Amino acid sequence: MTGEALKFRDPELARALAAKLAHQMTEIGRPVSVMHVCGSHEQAIAKFGLRSLFPKALTVIMGPGCPVCVTDVPEVDEGVVLAEQGVHIATYGDMLKVPGTVRSLADAQALGGKIHVVYSPAQAVELARSMPEQEVVFFATGFETTAVVTAAVIVDNPPKNFSVLSAHKYIPPVMEIVAEMPESRVEGFLAAGHAATITGWAVFEPFVERHKIPVVVAGFEPLDILAGLVELVELVKEGTPRVVNTFPRCVTREGNRAAQAELWRVFRPLGGRWRGIAHVPNGNLRLRDEYAHVDARRRFKIDITKLWDYAPPHLANQCICGDIMAGIRNPYDCKLFNKECLPENPVGACMVSNEGTCKIWHLYGGVPDLSEVPA
Amino acid sequence: MCLGVPGKIVDIDGDIATVDFWGVRRQVRLDIIDEPAAVGDYILNHVGFAIRRIPEESVAETLSLYEQLMAEAADDAMTSDIRGEIAAASAMAPEKGRA
Ligand code: SF4
Repeated sequence: MTGEALKFRDPELARALAAKLAHQMTEIGRPVSVMHVCGSHEQAIAKFGLRSLFPKALTVIMGPGCPVCVTDVPEVDEGVVLAEQGVHIATYGDMLKVPGTVRSLADAQALGGKIHVVYSPAQAVELARSMPEQEVVFFATGFETTAVVTAAVIVDNPPKNFSVLSAHKYIPPVMEIVAEMPESRVEGFLAAGHAATITGWAVFEPFVERHKIPVVVAGFEPLDILAGLVELVELVKEGTPRVVNTFPRCVTREGNRAAQAELWRVFRPLGGRWRGIAHVPNGNLRLRDEYAHVDARRRFKIDITKLWDYAPPHLANQCICGDIMAGIRNPYDCKLFNKECLPENPVGACMVSNEGTCKIWHLYGGVPDLSEVPA
Repeated sequence: MCLGVPGKIVDIDGDIATVDFWGVRRQVRLDIIDEPAAVGDYILNHVGFAIRRIPEESVAETLSLYEQLMAEAADDAMTSDIRGEIAAASAMAPEKGRA
């Protein structure tokens, strides 16, 4: 790696960390795969060209770290059906092009559906206040960090015409699923700093206990990621699985207790499918009975089966997003990648969101040396 | 999207803070912040809510990544996510249901 290609504030430190990683991998003497579960981590890894610094024997995979990508097809269908019933849908911009069984929200919008892009649940509430005669459903996606904010607006007496279609997902259970997959070779997880800001790092202890796989909480700076990987590979090398927090400037053991209380006051974990991956026990966040009045699923009759008279579009059957998020394949294994499937016209959900692996690799390029990526 | 964006509190009214993000002033809710924050503190804003008060000794380090990213073209994936986080904070005072 040449100096000018390093976009670090401290190239010396970056090189030292890369050298340390190389040394560790030589000592281990075999290939190791680790996984991170955060779109922002993948953005930073791809953008700053970190993979070119990793030793060849170390594979760093992006797992199911893109909430839009794991929003399941029937969940999109629910939003589409609600829009077709004349309900106003407010949602994050990334959701619009995510394919449903037959239509995306963008398709529904083209057909006259009232879809509004918001950046925050609070903006969805403001929208509902601005048109009290209309029903406004906030189609809520995101992991626990984002679900906390949805919870905050739900407990804050939103207007009667506001409700929530929750597609929120909870990360810790999906780590278990990926770890248990027979094809999985993941020997360590890099956890996302800002999600752990809310949950605290202790949330990963039961996982480590059960699976004997180390977890390292890391920040988003290129140097934070490298330092996190050095720590993680060290734990793999030593065979001493535990949780290590390398991002103490943002993450504590307990996390943000008030936010956690709000989260679990409003949501309960429920098993459900993550797109392309698997049924994840406790992986979905759904509204508790106390908030049934804000729950779009209980306020409206949502019959998604009427969408299913059509065969799903043929190309979508070839999408391997699920395998990519499970760490079994990578975007270059998909025949459609950068050909039929592009951000302007995405076939699969991973090409839609800025946090999706395919979109990130399309924007920045993925791995410098494909021979080392698990086939 | 889970990156969040740091900003400096310039005013507080109840549980709404006016926060400066690189010269853009927006309103951020303080309902779920981890510790009480005061004018002058930096917070991490995620979808319109402060989720963390950034300890003073960590501010410079936290800001540096963002400063680098804010200098990128607006269509860069990380930069556009950060701009989205700034846009998530309300431009005008959000109406509160709670008195
Ligand atoms: S390139 Fe497109 S079709 Fe292929 S896996 Fe990625 S999102 Fe799916």
